[in-house]
Amino acid sequence: MKKGTLKQILLITDGCSNEGEDPVAMAALAREQGITVNVIGVLDQYDSEGGHGLQEVEGIAQSGGGISQIVQTRQLAQTVQMVTKQAMTQTIKGVINQQLQDILGDGETVEDLPPEKRGKVMEVVDEVGETADLNVCILVDTSASMKNKLPTVREALTDLSLSLSARMGENQFCLFLFPGKRKPVQKVIAWTPQLDSIERVFEKISSHGVTPTGPAIKEAIKSFASIAHKRAFYDGDDEAYDDGPR
Amino acid sequence: MTDPDNLCYAPGTMIVGKWHRNRYQLIRLLGSGAQGTVYLGHSGDAHPVAIKLAKDRSSLISEAHILEQFGRLQGDPLGPSLYDSDDWVTGGSTVGFCVMEYLEGTSLSEVLKKKAFDWSLVYVLQLLKQLAQLHKTGYIFGDLKPENLMLIRPGYSIRCLDFGGATKIGRSVREYTEFYDRGYWGLGSRRAEPSYDLFACAMILIYAAAGRRITRSSEPQNQLKHFIDSQGKLVPYRHFLLSALSSDYTSAEQMRKELVRAMMAVESHERHNSHAAAARYPRPRTKRKSNGWTPAWLAASMIITAYIVFVVIYVM
Repeated sequence: MKKGTLKQILLITDGCSNEGEDPVAMAALAREQGITVNVIGVLDQYDSEGGHGLQEVEGIAQSGGGISQIVQTRQLAQTVQMVTKQAMTQTIKGVINQQLQDILGDGETVEDLPPEKRGKVMEVVDEVGETADLNVCILVDTSASMKNKLPTVREALTDLSLSLSARMGENQFCLFLFPGKRKPVQKVIAWTPQLDSIERVFEKISSHGVTPTGPAIKEAIKSFASIAHKRAFYDGDDEAYDDGPR
Repeated sequence: MTDPDNLCYAPGTMIVGKWHRNRYQLIRLLGSGAQGTVYLGHSGDAHPVAIKLAKDRSSLISEAHILEQFGRLQGDPLGPSLYDSDDWVTGGSTVGFCVMEYLEGTSLSEVLKKKAFDWSLVYVLQLLKQLAQLHKTGYIFGDLKPENLMLIRPGYSIRCLDFGGATKIGRSVREYTEFYDRGYWGLGSRRAEPSYDLFACAMILIYAAAGRRITRSSEPQNQLKHFIDSQGKLVPYRHFLLSALSSDYTSAEQMRKELVRAMMAVESHERHNSHAAAARYPRPRTKRKSNGWTPAWLAASMIITAYIVFVVIYVM
């Protein structure tokens, strides 16, 4: 199987969007372009919001073809890496199911194979998940109610980077915060293979009341175009890059 | 009792495999975790078996796949033998299950609470032997913790359960538990290599001494060091533990040898203590105490004599 690149948006939020485009529609737009949207809803014991904001969390993940999970703040680190890995497996399985259907005809999926054969398919899924390149654009909600959860979010993201860097494939991360200082969405870290030294990024945040989730997803979709462009440039001609103006 | 959403089924429920058409009856619940639920059951010939049910069949299948591979190996079994792996269609949904050898025993997490620390050392020693064998097959255990280990009744030998976290060496660790994960403590990567399991072994000893999982502070590495220094039981193993925690041991065999050496050193240390205790209560045997000094005096005088002879020869 050809080594491909998996594209994911990881949205970490604690409530409802209240500004800009409909985030569920934006997630569908992402899916159209081969980007999976995963959502993690973060709660702590003081949260009274309950079911209201969380319905949206599920809706975004559903239309984005990804996974949603609602967690207590302290479980965040393990959830972030689990959701990311599960979503990868799901995407790969989706591709394999598609190919199986082309070969075997209607309705045949990995789940319909006898256990022995399924074991072999799962091994391939594992192999692809381990070696595929992964691009994750992380969107962190920094609205007022998220403020005391941000240290944990920061830790969880460092942990995610640690987990994913143990894979054989290449990783690229970028980090957006919303709402930003002047714009609705602020890019704080451009595409990079490792998410370390993100402590300072979170220190400068000023919290606003608005939550422009939709615009944030839209910005994230745009960012994937920039990495595709960059990759093509590197692959095309390495020497041209070296000879370029400094 | 029956709650299909949480994979809870009443005792007596019959399970029929979709593919192999084997029938099993559930007897009672053995335990449940994030990945699935395990029941004690029996097949047609009333032979007790462990039946693991899981909603997410992919993780179950990879576990079954690994158990199957281990089944082909010779020597001591690493885990339970796998008998069957199938799907059960019930009430419109499909539940994956695998049928394994039922190992009768006690979870190590229970045992560690009751037994003295010396026992924990012996268990870890046994565990290291098992791990050495496992690592030779090209896999690491991954999610190594007392809850996943079991003491089998005859002979109190240790066996690994739940191979859902077993990962091929060189890949990224599939499943882990924060306290036993070196990444969580900032002491290494989550890449599957033997030293990943060895780190967890050291943490099992720390867990046994603490009696609980300690939570990480802002300086996790110093925190672990200070904790070891603060626990009398752990101090004799300080060097051993710190080496394992910083991934200095590259094989389970090497770590096992070091642990044996450390344990032997402690034993003689304790005998020394019992001498001191004997000295406090005067008994006729106290005279023996001076015997301990005789070889030392002899050695010292020999060295001095040799030195004098050497000097004399040198001067001449």
